Amino acid sequence: MSSLLRLATAGSVDDGKSTLVGRLLYDTKSVLADQLDAVTRASVDKGLSTPDLSLLVDGLRSEREQGITIDVAYRYFATPKRSFVLADTPGHVQYTRNTVTGASTAQLAVLLVDARKGVIEQTRRHAAVLALLGVPQLVLAVNKIDLVGYDEATFTVIAEEFAAHALSLGYERGSVLAIPVSALEGDNVASRSERTPWYTGPSLLEHLEDVPVAPDPHDSALRFPVQYVIRPRTPEYPDYRGYAGQIAAGTVRPGDEIVVLPQGIRSRVERIDTADGPLAEAGAGTSVTLLLADDIDISRGDLIAAADAPPRVTDEITGTLCWLSSKPLKPGARVLVKHGARTVQALADELHARFDEQKLSSVDSPASLELNDIGLVTLRLAEELGVDDYGVSPRTGAFLVIDPKDGDTLAAGLVGERFS
Amino acid sequence: MTTLEPATDAAQDNLAALESEAIHIFREVAGEFDRPVILFSGGKDSTLLLHLAIKAFWPAPVPFPLLHVDTGHNFDEVIEFRDRVVERHGLRLVVAKVQDWIDDGRLEERADGMRNPLQTTPLLDTIAENKFDAVFGGGRRDEERARAKERIFSLRNAFGQWEPRRQRPELWNLYNGRHRPGEQVRVFPLSNWTEADVWNYIAREKVELPSIYYAHQREVYLRDGMLLAEGPWGGPRPGEEVRELTVRYRTVGDGSCTGAIESTATTVEDVIAEVSASRLTERGATRADDRMSEAAMEDRKREGYF
Repeated sequence: MSSLLRLATAGSVDDGKSTLVGRLLYDTKSVLADQLDAVTRASVDKGLSTPDLSLLVDGLRSEREQGITIDVAYRYFATPKRSFVLADTPGHVQYTRNTVTGASTAQLAVLLVDARKGVIEQTRRHAAVLALLGVPQLVLAVNKIDLVGYDEATFTVIAEEFAAHALSLGYERGSVLAIPVSALEGDNVASRSERTPWYTGPSLLEHLEDVPVAPDPHDSALRFPVQYVIRPRTPEYPDYRGYAGQIAAGTVRPGDEIVVLPQGIRSRVERIDTADGPLAEAGAGTSVTLLLADDIDISRGDLIAAADAPPRVTDEITGTLCWLSSKPLKPGARVLVKHGARTVQALADELHARFDEQKLSSVDSPASLELNDIGLVTLRLAEELGVDDYGVSPRTGAFLVIDPKDGDTLAAGLVGERFS
Repeated sequence: MTTLEPATDAAQDNLAALESEAIHIFREVAGEFDRPVILFSGGKDSTLLLHLAIKAFWPAPVPFPLLHVDTGHNFDEVIEFRDRVVERHGLRLVVAKVQDWIDDGRLEERADGMRNPLQTTPLLDTIAENKFDAVFGGGRRDEERARAKERIFSLRNAFGQWEPRRQRPELWNLYNGRHRPGEQVRVFPLSNWTEADVWNYIAREKVELPSIYYAHQREVYLRDGMLLAEGPWGGPRPGEEVRELTVRYRTVGDGSCTGAIESTATTVEDVIAEVSASRLTERGATRADDRMSEAAMEDRKREGYF
C-alpha cells in the first residue's frame, strides 16, 4: 500500500471546508501548542467560546478578515499508516481554476455539501471537473449532519443523488463513498460517531488511511521526458553523457529498446544512473539519469519511449482545455504549449465545443473560451511532439497553454476528447 | 507541523518520492533559466537543498552559485560550516552583508537590534546586481500559514514582491518558469516536505549539519521566553541572569532573535525523538521575528523576503 496519499478538497462557500480541514489537522495531532494558542486567542477576540478550527487554515490576512479562502493551500498531516498531502481548494471564486489545480495531482477528492442544502449545481460541476482530471476516488462529506438532527433519511437522499451523478460521469460505485460528518463537532471525522448509529461505514480518516489508490502506471509503456543533459567534462568523467529526467510512465531496465522522439532514432538503455549508484530497474515517478548504448544527439525536451509502444508523434493536438485565465481564448490565437520538458509555439486552429461542466449539453463552435470554461480545441504546433491520450498516460497527455506575451498560464490541457 | 516519528518503510517510500520531486524541480530550473542561484545560510534546510542539488546533477558539478544574505549576527560554527561546505564542493559563494548596507546608509539598524527583518533589501539588490532570474529557497509549506499558499515556482515582480493574486496555477508536475525581464522566480524544492521528512532524510543520507543543531554547553540568558546567547548582536541586560545550560538550536538565523532550546540530543536519532515529543512548531519555539505579529510572514513575503 502506498504510504503517501495526495488528496484535494472542494466545496462551496460556507460548507465548512476550512473547519473540516482544521478538524483533520487537529484530530491527527498535527496542530502544535503554539498554533492552537494563537487560534484560541483569535477565537476569544471574536467572542467565541470554543476555538474556531477554520482559523488554523485560513492563511492570508485578507482571508481572515473576510472569512473566506482565496487560493489553493497545501496541508500536511500523518498517521502511523500514511502521510497526507492535502490541496485545500476554495469553492467560490475561480472554482474551476482552483479545483483543476488541486485535482491535477490528487489521488482522492473530498467534496463537501451542507446536509441542509444537499447536492447543488456547484457540487455537480466540481464532480465533473474531478472526473475530467481523472481523480480516481471520490468522497462526499455530508457536513453539518448535526444541524439536521443526525437524520438518516436526509443523508441517504443526498448520498444516492450524488452516487447517480458520479456514475453518470464514469465513476464506479466502489470509487465513491458518502460519509455523514460534522466538522464542527468532530462526528465521523477521525473516529466513528455514536450519534449516527445507522451509518456503518468508516470515518473520513479511516477511509483516507485504508483506501486503495491506483498504483503508478508501472504496467504502462515507458515515457521519459529528457529534462537536462548531464555532461561533466571533468577529468574523472571526460566522456560521460547522461539524460536526466523523471519517469512519467512505465518502468525502465538496462537493455530496454527505446526510441527518441520526435526524431525517431532507436537505441538501447545501457545504464540507469543515480547519485547513489546504478539501478537495476526504475519506475514511474523516479528521477534518474539514463545512459544509452549509442552516441546520438538528444537534448532537453526530447522524449525517450518504449520502442515497441511509442506515443504518437504529431504537430496537431486535439484536446480538452480548462481555461484558467480572465483573458479569453479566440480562434487563431497564438500561444505556447508546454508538454513534458518541451515548450513549443502553437496556434489555436479551431474551437470545436464548449461544455457545460455537468456534461449534459455543449455549445458547438463557440466564439471564445472564457475563464472557467471547458472546451474542445485543436492546436497546430510549430514542432512535433510525442503525445498520449490523457486517459492512457496522464503525465504525457497533460500540457499547459501559456501566454507568449507575459508568460501567464492560460489553460490546463488534456490530450484527447475527454467528454465525448 | 506533523508529528515526528522515526522513519518506517512507508516513510522511506515517502522520502524517495520527495527526493525525486525535488531533483525534478532542480533540473527544470537548470533547463529553463539563465542565472539561477541557491540561497545558502548553512542552516539545515539550505544544507538539504544543496545536498539535493548535488544529487540532481551528479556526476557533474552543481551548475549554480550560492548566495548568503549575512546578517552579521552569526554563530561561528555555522560560518565555519558554510565555508567548509563551499570549499569541499568547489562552489562559488556570493555573500551580501547586511552590515555593508548599514555602513553606506542604505539601511538603518532597528531599535530592537534584530537584523532578520533587514535582509530583504540586500537580497533584492544582490539579485538585481547579479541578474539572478531564479532563486532557490528552502521554504516549506508546513512552516507557516502564509507559506501554505506558496507555489513551487513563485513569480516575483521587479521589486521581488509576492502578489498572491498573480500567482499561476500549478498543474501536474509542469512548472511554468516564464518571466519578463527584471522579474524573478523563487523556487522551493522542499515545498512538500515536513519537518519530520527533513530530519528523517538527514538521518537517511547522513547529511552533515552545523554542530549547533546538536546538544552542547552554552552560556545563555532568558528574554521574552527565549534562551539567547551573547554575541556580536549584544548580550544580557541588567537583571538577565546568564547560566550555562545544555542546549541546541532548532533553527538557525539572526542570533539576536534565534533562541536555543534545552536539549540533550546529540545525534540525529535523538533529535528525531525529541522533536516528535515537542508540542511547539520550530518557528514558534525559537524565532522572535516570526512572533512579531499575526501576519508577520505575509507582510515580509509581500516585501520581497522569502
